[in-house]
Amino acid sequence: MDEQLKSELSRQGVVATSLQELYNWGRKSSLWPLNFGLACCAIEMIATTMARYDLARFGAEVFRPSPRQADLMIVAGTVTKKMAPQVVRLYNQMPEPKYVISMGACAISGGPFKQGYNVLKGIDRYIPVDVYIPGCPPRPEALIDAFLLLQKKIDEQYLTGPNRPRHLNADMPSEFVVPEFGEHDLEPTQNRDVWKVPLVNISIAGKNESGSD
Amino acid sequence: MNLEAIKSEIEANVPGCQLEIIPNTSPSAQHSLLVDSAHALTVASFLRDGATVRLDYCSNVTGIDWPVKEVSTKTKVKKIVDGVEKDVDEVVKTQTGGYLEAVYHLYSMEQRQGPVILRMRTEDRTDRVHLPSFTPLWRSADFQEREIFDLFGIIFDGHPDLRRLLMWEGFVDHPMRRDYVDPDDYEYEPTAHDEVLKRAREHQSAEGGL
Amino acid sequence: MSVLTETTVALSSDPTTDPNASQLLEVSMGPQHPSTHGVFRMDVALDGEQVVKLKPVFGYLHRNHEKIAESQNYLGCMPYTDRLDYICSITNNWAYALAVETLAGIKVPERAEYLRVITGELTRLQNHASLIGFLMQDMGTSGTPLMYAFREREKILDLFEALTGARMMCNYMRFGGCRVDAPAGWLQQTQKVIDAFPKFLDEFESLLRTNEILMARTQGVGRVSRELAINAGLTGPMARASGVNYDLRKVDSYGIYDRFSFRVPLGEFGDVYDRYMIRLLEMRESVEILKQAMRDIPSGPIMDPGTKIRGFRPKAGEAYGRIEAPKGELGFYLISDGTGNPYRFRVRPPSLINLTVLEDMCLGRNVADIVIILGSVDIVLGEVDR
Repeated sequence: MDEQLKSELSRQGVVATSLQELYNWGRKSSLWPLNFGLACCAIEMIATTMARYDLARFGAEVFRPSPRQADLMIVAGTVTKKMAPQVVRLYNQMPEPKYVISMGACAISGGPFKQGYNVLKGIDRYIPVDVYIPGCPPRPEALIDAFLLLQKKIDEQYLTGPNRPRHLNADMPSEFVVPEFGEHDLEPTQNRDVWKVPLVNISIAGKNESGSD
Repeated sequence: MNLEAIKSEIEANVPGCQLEIIPNTSPSAQHSLLVDSAHALTVASFLRDGATVRLDYCSNVTGIDWPVKEVSTKTKVKKIVDGVEKDVDEVVKTQTGGYLEAVYHLYSMEQRQGPVILRMRTEDRTDRVHLPSFTPLWRSADFQEREIFDLFGIIFDGHPDLRRLLMWEGFVDHPMRRDYVDPDDYEYEPTAHDEVLKRAREHQSAEGGL
Repeated sequence: MSVLTETTVALSSDPTTDPNASQLLEVSMGPQHPSTHGVFRMDVALDGEQVVKLKPVFGYLHRNHEKIAESQNYLGCMPYTDRLDYICSITNNWAYALAVETLAGIKVPERAEYLRVITGELTRLQNHASLIGFLMQDMGTSGTPLMYAFREREKILDLFEALTGARMMCNYMRFGGCRVDAPAGWLQQTQKVIDAFPKFLDEFESLLRTNEILMARTQGVGRVSRELAINAGLTGPMARASGVNYDLRKVDSYGIYDRFSFRVPLGEFGDVYDRYMIRLLEMRESVEILKQAMRDIPSGPIMDPGTKIRGFRPKAGEAYGRIEAPKGELGFYLISDGTGNPYRFRVRPPSLINLTVLEDMCLGRNVADIVIILGSVDIVLGEVDR
């Protein structure tokens, strides 16, 4: 519909919308997060829902203890190798459409603990992530910003066409491989369908080094 | 508390035990008592129940890894070289370490004294790694000894439930040992150099180019 | 091996010889459970509603603090201590700073000691307040006490932010003092918060203390005897609720705690109610300490001028330093080999050792009591698993 006509109509008290807009508006305005905290960031996540920051203003205060009732997983904190299979399993148990916010440096890349032998270097090795918020821990305002970004992303989704989101496309997977505990590390160490080894452009990286080929 | 007094008190009451005071030269001056593992349990139970200061509270249990380390000390020795007396550097190489150590910090809650620091050493770092467990005496050692078993690989005889505490069942290494090598895992760094660049190259060739 | 098979192994290894006995139900509570205060797991065997076995499973937040510290220099370890018990970063800083100061024989100036006491006791206030909020949340009060507690916590976090630049990860202490001095107006603002705090405590108490549900669910639940408390190494409010008079602020008088007059509240029964009351009373004592510290704080330097921050290399040796953190005795055991990195960096975590008696407290109780008993221990997984 023509945008000008739409605003003209709304001035006359007629609200015209498309099914897609209505659908997206409904979904983005009632994101129910999974009640799921891993580490330090979880405390900031709780603080976000409390009186001062009041996440309820954005329709996302209904923290569900069961993954079956949740739309959004906030990976709030360090994912250890021992915890990673459970995180992936929880994600698999969530019904589509589902989204992931990777909160804090640890969930993004391992953060300050990435040298640790039991720390996973980013949850995006196993599940797709929609919004990353850096910080250690991110302030509640940053989490609210992540919510707004996610709402914007949902608002821009198409119901049909090749760019339609995963939950409307039967060919796209909604469950991902749950890693197993190996003798030294998780097996597999990453899900290659979701995450590729980001390679350094060695020709650039090596240039400043003396004596490199 | 005077560690010498405690040592002589133990020696009087636990026959045959070998004690050694390990001096601490740092300003903290927290000296510790090395106990032989054969008599350690008797010594510990005497400290808990029979000593003048009854150490009823075991606060901290620590594992330490001391791999074999070669220490070379230079000493100046007067020697007669070609009929002339000269100062010659003589290098003496000694090996230290080669064992795992468990350290217990004991306090008395009743008399508010402490710490008395007990140490025990295993015979080596590979197969003779047994030490007596103090969990039957102080339950606070329970999880801490399990953690040391998990991360350092000391086997505590007499522990009621010696399983891994932090790593998963089926994990084979002891990651807090100083020679533990992480499984190969590479992560992108935008300004790769030195080690990181080397590993990036290795992973790049494994992945089949950029 | 997956987690599920681990549980089934536990079930099959526990056969009942009596054919008439009711079959045990194995439940794996956690690691994702709304009331486990983080990623903590308990393998519970139930006979009907009753707990007959409870084995805690750790390690879901094992972030290798001790290993990472071996490759950091002494100063570089300080930000990591923030993330141990992530609700009380300042007391963690303090324990580590104290251990290094013991190791290297560093003196701390007057004003820095006072700033440490003020920030440390504020940390205790916000920890105890939010713990009681979480405990009530576990009991089913849907939000109100936690909202009240977090309202107060935010006021204290504002003070931390003004002082250190961060809400949660303050990274405030240094060996030989504190990182920054209080900015202009900070002490006045702190005075206001402290003066208003007893009013919140009164409100909190009148809301909760005589609540029948609270009393029915906490009194006589999760009892720990005095002997067991000492033997199992319980410290902090857990030990004092069982009647063990052991507060390191009195025993060691570390820092300048011998200058303040305060009482150590002790419990009689060692149950959940006592642990809850001890924390309420401790908050009142902390307010008293804060008032005295605010009255007496001198002016002067905040860092020992002789201490090298960069290139800090203590002499070879070892030291164990411990403080009374809000959760119990938090100790750091450091071994120096004369280089810039600690050879061994050991954290004595109060939360982990307080969990030793979790099974004893829960045996014979109902499933719903596990949640409350665990809540009353006051654990933070960052510190339990490190």
